[in-house]
Amino acid sequence: MDSMKEFLWLIVALPFAGSLILVIAGKQLSRLACVIIGVGSVSLSAILTLLVGISFLQDNPGGKPYVEAIWQWMNVAGLSPGIAFHLDGVSLTFIFVVTFVGSLIHLYSAQFMWNDEGLRRFFIYMNLFVGFMLTLVLADNMLLLYLGWEGVGLCSYLLIGFWYKDPANGYAARKAFIVTRVGDFAMTIGLFVLFMNFHTLNIQAILTAAPATWAVGSGIALTTALLLLGGALGKSAQLPLQTWLPDAMAGPSPVSALIHSATMVTAGVYLIARTHVLFELAPVAQTIVAIIGAITLLVAGLAALNQHDIKRVLAYSTISQIGYMFLALGVGAWSAAIFHFMIHAFFKALLFLGAGIVIWSLDEEHNMFKMGGLWKKLPVTFWTFLVGAASLSALPLITAGFYSKDKILWLSYASDKGSVWLWLAALAGAFLTALYAFRMVLLTFFGDAKKEPSQRPGLMMTLPLIVLGILSIVGGFIELPGDMGHFTMFSDFIEKTLPVTLVTIAGHYTELLFQLISGLVAVAGIGTACVFYYNKPFPAAEPQRNAVQNFFYRGWDFDLLYDALIVRPVIFLAQIDKNDVIDRFYNGLASLALWLNKLLSATQNGMVRRYAIVLAIGAIITLTLILYL
Amino acid sequence: MILAALIVLLMGCGMLAWLAGRWNNTLPRIISLAGISVQLLVVVWLWLTHQRGSASTLWIMSYTHSWIPAFGIHIKLAVDGLSLLMLALTSFLGILSVLTSWKEINKRVGFFHFNLLFVLAGIAGVFLSLDLFLFYFSWEVMLIPMYFLISIWGNENRTYASYKFFLFTQGSGLLMFLSILGLYLVHGHNTGVFTFDYEQLLGTVMAPQTAFLLMLGFVIAFIVKLSTVPFHSWLPDAHTQAPTAGSVILAGLLLKTGAYGLIRFVLPLFPQASHQFAPVAMLLGVISILYGAKLAFAQTDLKRLVAYISVSHMGFILLGIYAFNEMAMQGVVMQMVAHGISTGGLFIIAGTLHERIQTRDIGQMGGLWARLPKMGAMGLVFVMASLGLPGLGNFVAEFLILTGSFMANKTLTIIATLGLVAATIYSLRIMQKVFYGKEQKQWTIADFSIREMGIMTCLVIAILWLGLFPSAVLTVSRASVLEVIERVEGRDKTQSDKADVNPRETDHQAITITSVNEQGQHWKINTKNSN
Repeated sequence: MDSMKEFLWLIVALPFAGSLILVIAGKQLSRLACVIIGVGSVSLSAILTLLVGISFLQDNPGGKPYVEAIWQWMNVAGLSPGIAFHLDGVSLTFIFVVTFVGSLIHLYSAQFMWNDEGLRRFFIYMNLFVGFMLTLVLADNMLLLYLGWEGVGLCSYLLIGFWYKDPANGYAARKAFIVTRVGDFAMTIGLFVLFMNFHTLNIQAILTAAPATWAVGSGIALTTALLLLGGALGKSAQLPLQTWLPDAMAGPSPVSALIHSATMVTAGVYLIARTHVLFELAPVAQTIVAIIGAITLLVAGLAALNQHDIKRVLAYSTISQIGYMFLALGVGAWSAAIFHFMIHAFFKALLFLGAGIVIWSLDEEHNMFKMGGLWKKLPVTFWTFLVGAASLSALPLITAGFYSKDKILWLSYASDKGSVWLWLAALAGAFLTALYAFRMVLLTFFGDAKKEPSQRPGLMMTLPLIVLGILSIVGGFIELPGDMGHFTMFSDFIEKTLPVTLVTIAGHYTELLFQLISGLVAVAGIGTACVFYYNKPFPAAEPQRNAVQNFFYRGWDFDLLYDALIVRPVIFLAQIDKNDVIDRFYNGLASLALWLNKLLSATQNGMVRRYAIVLAIGAIITLTLILYL
Repeated sequence: MILAALIVLLMGCGMLAWLAGRWNNTLPRIISLAGISVQLLVVVWLWLTHQRGSASTLWIMSYTHSWIPAFGIHIKLAVDGLSLLMLALTSFLGILSVLTSWKEINKRVGFFHFNLLFVLAGIAGVFLSLDLFLFYFSWEVMLIPMYFLISIWGNENRTYASYKFFLFTQGSGLLMFLSILGLYLVHGHNTGVFTFDYEQLLGTVMAPQTAFLLMLGFVIAFIVKLSTVPFHSWLPDAHTQAPTAGSVILAGLLLKTGAYGLIRFVLPLFPQASHQFAPVAMLLGVISILYGAKLAFAQTDLKRLVAYISVSHMGFILLGIYAFNEMAMQGVVMQMVAHGISTGGLFIIAGTLHERIQTRDIGQMGGLWARLPKMGAMGLVFVMASLGLPGLGNFVAEFLILTGSFMANKTLTIIATLGLVAATIYSLRIMQKVFYGKEQKQWTIADFSIREMGIMTCLVIAILWLGLFPSAVLTVSRASVLEVIERVEGRDKTQSDKADVNPRETDHQAITITSVNEQGQHWKINTKNSN
């Protein structure tokens, strides 16, 4: 067992190998074989993660990271990144979530996608997705991280546009890729700055060298942190680059589950946590992270409340929950952010898979107002979905979401970087979360049945829900607040890698008070939802909205804004000069030459009289010149 | 000897193919394939067996033979890491060009392959020549058969395109020839030795204005070839109208001769003038990146679109060359190889698609993935390469170029980095318009055949290999790149030392300087007149 961790590379290699086999084997492969390879590779990876994790924890109780270099990628003028993996508490947590939640989603997809003609293609992309995400979180240098980063972007593009025949899906896919690339533009420049200053892109080397080179609050540290933040905002769909995520649900539901829980959107959280030293050197940048998080969680929460498409509710909910993670990162609550990431991955995967079943069994019906009464017909889905929604709403004491979100709420006030405003925003967000979560549950599963399910999920689809449901409850008990048992297994583990949060407000009573408030707010949110939506006879159509609700429904009109400011000018620019003005110049030259040719050839017209005149004139001019000059 | 034999081999096979074409259509193809394969084998042999990297033996192999001794013209060929890479690319893409034309070309097959092999021979000559006269000669040799390839086997608007191609390259080539003669004369005046030998011409002492003007002649020829904005407009027409093999060679190899010329001749021969010119060149590079991207986005003709992508990608090369540091220059070398492969792939896809549906209009395509999944998957790989996805060769190239040029010029590099976003936009548009979305027409067409899959698989493996194991290429070019950087950077400070090292004695020094001044004056007068 002691050498088990040396198989770290295999965790990453397995999903890649899975998709490679699926590519090479081609069309001959039966559906069953596709599923076995697709699901099997990621599941093996998950099992291996467990073994590697255990071996890693046994070997070094001190939490010393384990680095495994596979090969030297390149070596140019001091830039010598390797294909090398770095395992520590943070990356272990991430690969654990990625592989486990990933394999559950894969298992679910096996049945969900069984009748789709693109089954093989689907698993190729999904395996690649997991492979790139693992590369991202295990990379020991920024360049390899960037490889995973872009690879994840590619797979999201491929999967969002999976049903490629509908141009709308293609549009959503491109939007996702392009918007995140805008963020990556900033991140790339961040990499240039890092390399220029530290002559390496090795993450640990940079983190060690940075505090010695840069002063706290220096301009260069601020610039670098903001540039990296740009990348994180794009991938994690935070303001102002959040617009791609709501559209990203154009892909099959398991894809949404994967994008929103374990992969892709959490990459930004990971990046900031991973480069936390740079953000600590730039307190302004870190404050910006917190503020963006706080604003995003409110903006997205209000948007989620006004959706009627069940997946769009969940999409905005993801943006909002990632907002919480950013808030936590911004106030230096590093382990709280990672904790919420993990718990969020459980319940958000659960909710998306549940929503997937609902949509799948109702023949692609997305509108919650056309559902209803499903709790009897899809019992497993209902109960697990309820657990997920409760966890999302942070229902006190029993759900994992309570423990992870409460920690962020408390620290957004109590940490040395916290403030009462951040706490209030987070609290308002908590109310909204509970409200829209239970609005969703009540509309979908209660009230009159407006449509009969045409198919029922099998065990392969419900089993992942049950597992995730259990995790959404018990996952919280590995980290209990100071006033309730003070069990800190998770943060102890993470804080071997990330700094401890500095708490400036002491006293369990204060903490208890804050917990009471946040608990009450969550319950109040659920209660409000019940008052407005429990067994209310809504018409089976899009709900009526007033102007403000419409504004929220359209995601605060960011799309309109970007359309007017960026998209249309770009298209206009492209249109006005399609044929390249510069080419006109050369064609003009050619026309000029032709014209001159005609002009001169006119002189050669074969008329002897004309020749004689020209000859005479020429002679006169020459003679004049000779005589008078 | 082997080097000369390589070129002779290509020419010989070309003539043989022409002859064989009188009897049979398949024979010329086989002869060409065999000829280029032998070249590839020799290159691989050189790559594997010969030591590189030590500065003393920059040249892996060289060959000198007197040609026109009266004018100091030699057949001087030499191969170093850089030219070895370019030769490898030439033979690799050469083989694929023959294979891709296997079914496409059925008219005058023998003459086609004659031209193909002569273009390749010319390109090999350009990459190997160390005598400026021979270099110019090779430059012309690759031009004329290319003209025929476009004008005989091209598409509907081929005459216009081939004239345009010919005039642009010939016109700019003429300026280069004048510069070569100027350099020859200056060096002759200075030292009494009239020679076209590159190594002797290195370090020729010149007045700055003279150097700048002479450099400009070279630079214009090279950046026209590199299709830098505003000299790019021949390229979209030539690429669009050329047969597939022609497009592959144009994009994959001919453009690279421009970059190669800048690295091999302009920077070492005119280090100071290059420094003066650097800001302009970098600016032109950035303009090319963005303007090319913008035009690519607007195109509806698939081949034209890919052609503008080349304009954009060549902008990175220009930016990187004039950053004058190892990292950017290594990136440039990588870009030359990777772009050859990725754009080759895109052109083969565009060509085979054109062959099947008789149109290049992306408005009439759409939804082709359902019918052509193999082609779609291959298209995806090369589209991703062109937008700079890490793991593929182009990313390594662009990242190195940008990191290197960031150290030289931050503002321009930041603007150039915007090109990566632009690349995403135009690249994804290809996928959407061709392979995704609704089917515009019910095409009944076949997917890639085994032969075509073979070609594409080679290209995919190559681009992945470049992306994941770029060291294999970068170590080969390292010594050459360092040598160039040293020349262009070192000359500034050690001008006087180098002059002392010159073989000529100090009593000639005075004469040298006066004659240089005369030259400078002379050129000045000329420019005044021309203004």
